Amino acid sequence: MAARENPLAQFIIRPLVPIHIGGVDISFTNSALLMVIAGLVLTVLMLAASRRAALVPGRWQSLPEMLYEFVAKSLIDDNIGPEGQRYFPFVFTLFMFVLLGNLLGLIPYSFTFTSHIIVTFGMAIFIFIAVTLIGIARHGFRFLTLFVPHGVPKPLLILLVPIEVLSYCIRPLTLSIRLFANMLAGHTMLVIFAGFVVPLASFYLVPALFPILIDVLLYFLELLVAVLQAFVFAILTCLYLNDAIHLH
Amino acid sequence: MDLASAKMIGAGLACIALVGAGIGIGNVFSSLISALARNPAAQVTPFAFLGFALAEATGLFGLAIAFLILFVF
Repeated sequence: MAARENPLAQFIIRPLVPIHIGGVDISFTNSALLMVIAGLVLTVLMLAASRRAALVPGRWQSLPEMLYEFVAKSLIDDNIGPEGQRYFPFVFTLFMFVLLGNLLGLIPYSFTFTSHIIVTFGMAIFIFIAVTLIGIARHGFRFLTLFVPHGVPKPLLILLVPIEVLSYCIRPLTLSIRLFANMLAGHTMLVIFAGFVVPLASFYLVPALFPILIDVLLYFLELLVAVLQAFVFAILTCLYLNDAIHLH
Repeated sequence: MDLASAKMIGAGLACIALVGAGIGIGNVFSSLISALARNPAAQVTPFAFLGFALAEATGLFGLAIAFLILFVF
C-alpha cells in the first residue's frame, strides 16, 4: 500500500526566499507568492479593461464591468444605500482579493492563502476596527444605541444588551472562521478522497473510479463555495458597515 | 481507553455537527422552492445562496475540528 500523505500537508507554508532581519522571520513564502499573484491578476484585469475602454465592451472589458456592477449594486446599493458608495473601493478590493485567493487555491498544486486563520482573521479584525471607528466618527456616543434593540420592554434590556454587545464583539471571529473553515474542510476533503484512489486501485480497479468521480463532483462544489464565501465575506462587511452608518 | 481510539471517537462525534448543516441547507432550499412556486417573480435567490453559505459554514466548523483531531494532534 502506498504511503498515505497527511491531507493537511497541503497547507504547510514554505519559505521561498528566506529573509531574516534581526531574528524576525519575514521570508517570502508560498502564501505571500499567491497573494502577490492575486494582486497582480486583479490589477492586470482592471487595467486591461480600462485602458482601451469602448462604449460596446469586448470580452475583457465586460467581465470587470460585470464585477464592478455586481459590487456597486448588489452589495453596496442594496445593503447600505447611496452613502455606501464611499466604501466601494474597499469592498471591491476585499471581494476580489478573497475571490481570487479562493479560486487560485483550486488550481492543483497551488496554495490557498484564505485557508489560514491568520490571513482571514487579519482581514476580519481590520474590518471590525474600521467599522467601529466609522460608527464612532459618524455618531459619537449615539453609536452605543446600536446595542439597544427598539421596542423592547425595559427589564428585558438587562438581558439583551449584553447579548448584543457579545454578538458585536464576536463578529471578527465568526467572519474569519467561516471563510477559513470552509476552505480548510473543502481542500482537505478533496485530498482525502484522492488518497483513496491508489490503495483501492491496487486491489480492485473499477471501484477506484468512484473516489475520482466524488472528487470531480466535490471540485464543482468547491468552485461554488469559493465564489459564495467571497460573496458572503463581502456582503457581511457591507451589513456591518450599514450598521455603523445607519444604526439599525 | 488509549489515545488513538479516543481520537477516532472524538472525530466521529465532531461530525455530528453536519446534521445541523444538512437540516439548515434543506430548509433554505425548500423555502426557496416554495417561494418561487408561489411568486416566480420574487428576487430571493441571492438571499437563498447567502443562507446556504451561512448554514453550510456552521457544519463545516465541526468538520474542520474533526480533521484537526484526526490529522494534527
